[in-house]
Amino acid sequence: MKNFLYLVAGIIFSWGLLLSGMSDPEKVKNFLSLGATDWSPALLFVLGPAALTYLAAFLFLRKRQKTLNGVNFQHPKPRPVDRALVLGSILFGVGWGLAGVCPGPALVHLAFPDLGFLVFIATMLVGFEIQRKLA
Amino acid sequence: MIFSNEILGGLLVGLASALPLLWEGRIAGVSGYAATSLRPRTPEARTSLAFVVGLVLGGFAWRGAGFPLAALSAEPLWLWGLAGLLVGFGSRLGGGCTSGHGVCGLGRISPRSFVSVLIFMSVAILTRVSMQGLK
Repeated sequence: MKNFLYLVAGIIFSWGLLLSGMSDPEKVKNFLSLGATDWSPALLFVLGPAALTYLAAFLFLRKRQKTLNGVNFQHPKPRPVDRALVLGSILFGVGWGLAGVCPGPALVHLAFPDLGFLVFIATMLVGFEIQRKLA
Repeated sequence: MIFSNEILGGLLVGLASALPLLWEGRIAGVSGYAATSLRPRTPEARTSLAFVVGLVLGGFAWRGAGFPLAALSAEPLWLWGLAGLLVGFGSRLGGGCTSGHGVCGLGRISPRSFVSVLIFMSVAILTRVSMQGLK
């Protein structure tokens, strides 16, 4: 049952990426190419509604204080900004900027096989493992 | 309507991200799901894998429905490999990617996520702009 909920969430997520164009590396790269003659703010219109929808769910839970499966909702205490967050975000930003691809769109592309994407996914998994080993 | 696909897609991404939060208070993004699904002994491995399978199944369903194929990008393989490594390592070190810090983090007003998004957006833009300069 719970696995099914996560499966459905994954399907909805992929349709959101495909419909919005976040799955298109050229569209992402265009958004990141600030100052380009054909620049479009398109991706702000994806991130904005997505974060606002999440905010609505978050505020609903905070008011209700219980999750739908009946557990007390405990919001994690804010943690300080640390070196790992800063360094990780910098490295992620370089990778995202280079290819115009982040983890969600990469995995959706398993349904649209392409050598470049497969290489990206493989090295991304290697990156997860290296980080875990070093941690 | 202008950007209607982006807005609707963003709403879907936000909804999909919020489902695990609403159900059991779990806060996770795609890099978290993907990395956790590789660790079969962790309690959250099955639900994480279910989400990842959903992402891919959603892609196949999208194809099956006859919608346009996800766009590809002609980049050299070394670039795909390097970008994937940075995205994988960086997202885990920084504790989130475009969905974890972007959608979920901004959506629950997390200071760490605001810092992360500001950094990875700026760095990705700098990366793109400097690559334009090389061409």
